Amino acid sequence: MKRLLSGNEAIAYGAWEAGVMVASAYPGTPSTEILEHLARFPGVYAEWAPNEKVALDVAIGAAYAGRRSLAAMKHVGVNVAADALFYAAMTGTEAGLVLVSADDPAMHSSQNEQDNRQFARFARLPCLEPADSQEAKDLTQAAFDLSEQFDTPVMLRVTTRICHTSTLTEVGTRREYPTRIEKYPRNPKKYVMVPANARGRHPVIEQRILDLAQFSETFVPNRMEMRSTSLGIITAGVAYQYAREVFPEASILKLGMVYPLPVGLIRKFASRLERLIVLEELDPFIEEQVRLMGIQLYTPADAPDYSPNAKLIFPITGELDPDVVYLASSRAGLIDVPVPGKSKGKIDPGLALPGRPPVLCAGCPHRSTLYILHKLGLPINGDIGCYTLGVTPPLNAIDTCGCMGASIGVAHGACVAGDNERHFAVLGDSTFFHTGMPALLNVAYNRSNVITIIMDNRITGMTGHQENPGTGLTLQQKETVTIELEPLVRALGIERVLTLDAYDVEAIEKTLKAWVKEDGPGVLITRHACALLPGERRGWMTLKVIEEQCNGCTICFRIGCPAILKSEKVDPKYNRPLAQIDPLMCTGCEICARVCPRDAIPTREQILEQEA
Amino acid sequence: MSTQKMNFMLVGVGGQGTLLASDILADLGVRLGFDAKKAEIHGMAQRGGSVTSFVRWDRQVFSPIIPRGEVDILVAFEKLEALRYLEHLKPGGMLLVNAQVIEPITVKAGDAKYPPAAEMQAAFERAASRVCWVDGLLLAEQAGEARTANVVILGALSALLDTPAESWLDAVQAHVPARAVEVNRKAFMLGRENILVEA
Repeated sequence: MKRLLSGNEAIAYGAWEAGVMVASAYPGTPSTEILEHLARFPGVYAEWAPNEKVALDVAIGAAYAGRRSLAAMKHVGVNVAADALFYAAMTGTEAGLVLVSADDPAMHSSQNEQDNRQFARFARLPCLEPADSQEAKDLTQAAFDLSEQFDTPVMLRVTTRICHTSTLTEVGTRREYPTRIEKYPRNPKKYVMVPANARGRHPVIEQRILDLAQFSETFVPNRMEMRSTSLGIITAGVAYQYAREVFPEASILKLGMVYPLPVGLIRKFASRLERLIVLEELDPFIEEQVRLMGIQLYTPADAPDYSPNAKLIFPITGELDPDVVYLASSRAGLIDVPVPGKSKGKIDPGLALPGRPPVLCAGCPHRSTLYILHKLGLPINGDIGCYTLGVTPPLNAIDTCGCMGASIGVAHGACVAGDNERHFAVLGDSTFFHTGMPALLNVAYNRSNVITIIMDNRITGMTGHQENPGTGLTLQQKETVTIELEPLVRALGIERVLTLDAYDVEAIEKTLKAWVKEDGPGVLITRHACALLPGERRGWMTLKVIEEQCNGCTICFRIGCPAILKSEKVDPKYNRPLAQIDPLMCTGCEICARVCPRDAIPTREQILEQEA
Repeated sequence: MSTQKMNFMLVGVGGQGTLLASDILADLGVRLGFDAKKAEIHGMAQRGGSVTSFVRWDRQVFSPIIPRGEVDILVAFEKLEALRYLEHLKPGGMLLVNAQVIEPITVKAGDAKYPPAAEMQAAFERAASRVCWVDGLLLAEQAGEARTANVVILGALSALLDTPAESWLDAVQAHVPARAVEVNRKAFMLGRENILVEA
């Protein structure tokens, strides 16, 4: 039966049908739904790990134990997991091991757009890349087989466009896989990577990649589609779809395995065509290697002076789409007639369009802390999560943000460098569990003055509400231990620790103002469940502004709540717009009520009293 | 318009149900015997950001993203978002707008102005061969559930295509919980019967 499946659902189906037993991941856009779907299949153990390195170690252990296993993560998660990836490449495993890397060209929800095909080459691993959901499913299954055939982890590389696009996919049944070994391996030469053993393994994995290159020549998902001989396109992944859209007549070499490349097949394809181009997103990964083979690629007349790392025709940055491909091809002289129906740039609405940037939701418990931090005016080292949105006006409350867990280490670095301002580190509960913990241990151990604020909203928020070690539930909805932050932080060596309700603006302000005057590190936990969680939603209530008491002082506008609007009414004395609350958005969190100096916004309690 | 190869673009604001509507629309394409693809772009925020999705029906669909200027019907769940994506319409394409206004934070903060209705209307008329309206929220409330506004809009869209209501309703039913089937059916029919097509 064919069904519309997203790429992520298709990967889950592929893994399940291939008999996967263990899957581990840390949530990250665009990869999150892979494990969410896989967790619902029978016969699969699926978990959220605290970070990607742990997730990959878990999958490796399961594969050592002879069970087919999978780890999934966003592209930058592979940076965190890289140490594990490289030893697993050296050891191989007893059963199939697949790493899904979900890259994010265009950075829809990421800090960079690194091309993780490079990791496959770096670690000497085969890399498969699907062009739609059917292929995502098929190649996931092929990846498990390849992994066992060649004793290697296999990378399945997908991109946001594949993960989040639904296409027709044939679904089947599970092929049960017996555990491949009788006993956990006692084979130190293969599995204990001390130098003497590792030296023995290195030539093995170099030979393995040569064998895989040979195999790739006849790997069915590497296929030639011969049409006109005037133009040939070597392509892979979603770029294949754009090649078909923009060049319906061209011949195509569609690669399902992008590393190692089938050299013979590429030479054969090239020899049949008058002009040859490579169409791929991001890095010139295939293009560079094809040029290294000495194959002449079509070079536009105005191509920049040959740099070995430049792309000849298509952009190296951003996501491709039919328009980008069309435009670059037209500039390169590959297309000379405009494509019919192109109206690009013709319709100008002739009106200024207000932007619609993402904002912290109305009722977000992070808002109060970010508001106070901004007021204090000290440097704020941020992290990855919803609270990163605190960078936008009017909160302007994040000064640095690089990657998961960076906030505390960066703040500590600035401190020990002798920077004369007091530094804050700000991160969420899930990010603290991810990589914040070792950095906080460092603050305690090496005694810096960093004040860390853990915004504990009781969930992994930004990726769409995933359980984590602090929530008391597992991915497969089993009850488990709830890891309490305060004792954990104390155990890491921090003595000054306090937990406050995240909506308690006054207490947060008072505490932080006192702490900046005192020496030594501190951790403030501002705790309140995400306003969008079902339990919180049930308590939503709408607040109102009492117009007679509002004089348009603007303080409530400065908390950046999307439920607070500037009214059309103005204060007669100061001629400033009054505040107004959007009843459809307000959750009744009371942050505005607490910052209002004129008590113009009654609290829930006051409203209920009045009603009674 | 007869059912043939179609390119739909759905635009709206996070939380309006555009993604569910896109799923239903793609599923309908499959039920009608087409190849179909659905692609979506949703940014970082859980709610409140701009959300767009593409649904394509054809004998064989390649790119999940519709080339600019090749959208047959632009379905806007919010007026400003209609304006933002007008340039994606093909010459002669149709526009279906939900009469709802959701002010973005930039407008609420007083940093930008929401474009005046008359000027928006003029821009719509310049870009589209036909401008159609539906009051999704009002009709959804009449159906008994404000959250069915997305299905009201699908009902209105169905009136622009030569496809029987039953095929649409089957697709809707497959994507909503069993207890919500009746209210969604009502919402769909209200949209289908109350679309305002301007000449």
